[in-house]
Amino acid sequence: MDHVPTPSQTVGPFFHFSLTTAEHCIGCIAGPLVPGERVWLQCRVLDGENVPVPDAMIEIWQADAEGRYYSEADSENAVDPAWRGFGRMATGEDGICKFETIKPGRVPWPGSGLQSPHLKVAIFARGMLKQLFTRIYFANDPANQEDPVLQRVPQERRETLMAHMDAERPGHWRFDVHLQGELETVFFDV
Amino acid sequence: MDSLAQKKAAIQPYLRHQPGTQPSSLYEPYRATVLRSPRKPLVYLPHTLSEVTGPVFGWEGIAQNDNDLTRQHGGEPLGERIIVTGRVLESNGRPVPNTLIEIWQANSAGRYTHIKDQHPAPLDPNFSGTGRTLTDEHGAYRFVTIKPGPYPWLNHHNAWRPAHIHFSVFGRAFISRLITQMYFPGDPLFAFDPIFQSVPDEKARQRMISSFDLETTQPQWATGYRFDIVLRGPEATPCKT
Repeated sequence: MDHVPTPSQTVGPFFHFSLTTAEHCIGCIAGPLVPGERVWLQCRVLDGENVPVPDAMIEIWQADAEGRYYSEADSENAVDPAWRGFGRMATGEDGICKFETIKPGRVPWPGSGLQSPHLKVAIFARGMLKQLFTRIYFANDPANQEDPVLQRVPQERRETLMAHMDAERPGHWRFDVHLQGELETVFFDV
Repeated sequence: MDSLAQKKAAIQPYLRHQPGTQPSSLYEPYRATVLRSPRKPLVYLPHTLSEVTGPVFGWEGIAQNDNDLTRQHGGEPLGERIIVTGRVLESNGRPVPNTLIEIWQANSAGRYTHIKDQHPAPLDPNFSGTGRTLTDEHGAYRFVTIKPGPYPWLNHHNAWRPAHIHFSVFGRAFISRLITQMYFPGDPLFAFDPIFQSVPDEKARQRMISSFDLETTQPQWATGYRFDIVLRGPEATPCKT
């Protein structure tokens, strides 16, 4: 018999003193000892009027450089004792939060094949009754061409899932989340 | 194939929510949803390792009084001392052990310690209003705290939130992650609160209301409330052949 899951409710405006204090936020997903291509990621959240959302929380979940998740359902051998693959930050007044991590490896697609490197993203905020799920892919990665998730996304909207590297600052990537509007980010029904 | 390779090849999909049992992103009576909800259709995603794995937490970062919000300062906070206890379960009934629960709440006067809370009610120097714990091997947890007060907000004229405690729970998978609010039985503000009312299904809505529990209640000390949390779990037990 299945129990009905507890409904989600908004995180509200007052979560910071509990979830994202200096002690409990995680901006550094991968410290310098974790092997992999370094990624400095800047995320920005914008509302339906393109106004930065100053009270959102972003959570990121990712695999290591070998494409393994640190989880009971995947590898339990973390590459680094400090590695969890999990990050969580609150946006500032400018709607921005930043993460330091490594580019994940390719994760298996059920059955066979591989997914392109991606980060799982959940967005919480006042005015959001439940989190929205999206993914961050890395623009120009050749594996994006054959990614089975991107192939499910209408071609004209795939761009909303791409982080772009700053041409003048190698390793520095930007990703904008548009909650609504013409540039609305693709969110997933999971 | 080794067992890990088998795990990766055969993903056990998670339960999908039944219509009406979760709020929609857009619920106009809660005004802030209007500009913060997507309008384009969500893209259906089959479950892969990325969806059905999730962060693992150890005891790091959990201090001794993190589950007793009445003992985090020099003195005792004002208000009605309560015990809040329950279990974290998956929808198939399986308990979720060792999962992180974080809570935050207003004090007995309805005021948060958050810098942006401007409600003209007193702060309590002996109450921060935040706690954390891990569930035990049976998925059980327990907090001691103070019953929060209702507080006003600006959503509509004379808007008041029913008393609630915010709960953040991880579970086994990134997609089982839940942030919700625990309410108290019989609150007269339910009927007027668009956040509570945003869940269409009556039975699902009742899941958010704790129940008074005489067994949890401690004589001469504190009243007790039970609040079980049900997370999405795998659709069915995997076949072990």
